[in-house]
Amino acid sequence: MADVATLELTPPSAFAFLAGQFNMLYVFGLGEVAISLSGDPADESRVVHTVRAVGAVSRAITRFRRNDVIGVRGPYGSYWPVAESEGSDIVIVAGGLGLAPLRPVIYRVLAHREHYGRVAVLYGARGPAEILYRRELEAWRRLDVDITVTVDHAAADWCGNVGVVPALLPRVPVDPDHTVAMVCGPEIMMRFTVDALRQRGVTMDRIFVSMERNMKCAIGLCGHCQFGPAFVCRDGPVFRYDRIAPFFSIREI
Amino acid sequence: MQGLERIVLGQPFFVGLGPEFGAAISGCARNVRFAAGEYLFREDEPANEFYLIRHGTVALELHSPGQQPIVVATLREGDILDGSWLVPPYCWTFDARAFELVRVLGVDARCLREKCEADHDLGYELMKRFAGAMGERLRATRLQVADVYGQRRS
Repeated sequence: MADVATLELTPPSAFAFLAGQFNMLYVFGLGEVAISLSGDPADESRVVHTVRAVGAVSRAITRFRRNDVIGVRGPYGSYWPVAESEGSDIVIVAGGLGLAPLRPVIYRVLAHREHYGRVAVLYGARGPAEILYRRELEAWRRLDVDITVTVDHAAADWCGNVGVVPALLPRVPVDPDHTVAMVCGPEIMMRFTVDALRQRGVTMDRIFVSMERNMKCAIGLCGHCQFGPAFVCRDGPVFRYDRIAPFFSIREI
Repeated sequence: MQGLERIVLGQPFFVGLGPEFGAAISGCARNVRFAAGEYLFREDEPANEFYLIRHGTVALELHSPGQQPIVVATLREGDILDGSWLVPPYCWTFDARAFELVRVLGVDARCLREKCEADHDLGYELMKRFAGAMGERLRATRLQVADVYGQRRS
């Protein structure tokens, strides 16, 4: 993707994080943005972020070259219940760049594959050219993970699925009492996905979503990322759905 | 129960349908096979048959002169193709291409329409199923049109 870059940073010392957490990245003289960690949580020697150029700071980050220096503070925020979900089936539903904060989950699950039941990854992108981590998706297909990729639009030479990602859910074998679902993507896509999961019988306490709000301080002080009674930076970005459901569909929030 | 009737009642789309309705539908039905690349139908052709996919993947395409067709959806086992056969002018509104070997249950549209007119219970049962399937598809299409992946940052 032209406006998306994956950045591998070398930290001065070991950097540990949990899947779902984010860092504040500071481009000196320009500003700071919250970007989720998209690398392997088991690898403490690298800090990996996938960034889309949407504003001045993120655009500058996507133009970074080898040996450039960036300020990093973090990791912050809540995390996906990956360790807590051992023994369950896992359904990961990602839309667009929402695959980035879920990639650490996939790494962690694959590293401990025997501790999980069925694992399904459903990924929706705008078009074939916008598919993230294409090579890895291909590689994961060969492992014991059910990977389905779909795009919203494609030309006739695209051999994969065309359609929206929530529409894939009726085809995934789901045992609702033993499934944990982790969902990340644009809010409309998450809303549709949560509906589709609930139609399959997955209860709200087994659905986790990652919220996105404008973050400034990242430590629960400034209030920029307030979401109902919660601060996305401190109480999120990963929320158990039943805890935020009352606020999820309030338009003003 | 005849083989075709069993196939009809075994389709997810017909789940819960009474055996008398199964017999009525299968009376108009046949098994059809399409090779990879073959078109099940093309836009504006008469929708003479209602298709239900039993095996394989079908790409729904919109064509545009001088350009590659745009695939708007892929349908697979258990999906119905469209409701164009049900409402006038009974014409397909897109192209449907078999992506691989495709086996479908084909139901003669005129035969089924006549049975639905004669037996409104059957007609209502089918209409409820079509309304549900079309509603799902409309909802998915709305999400598709919303183009939600344009603004996301990670």
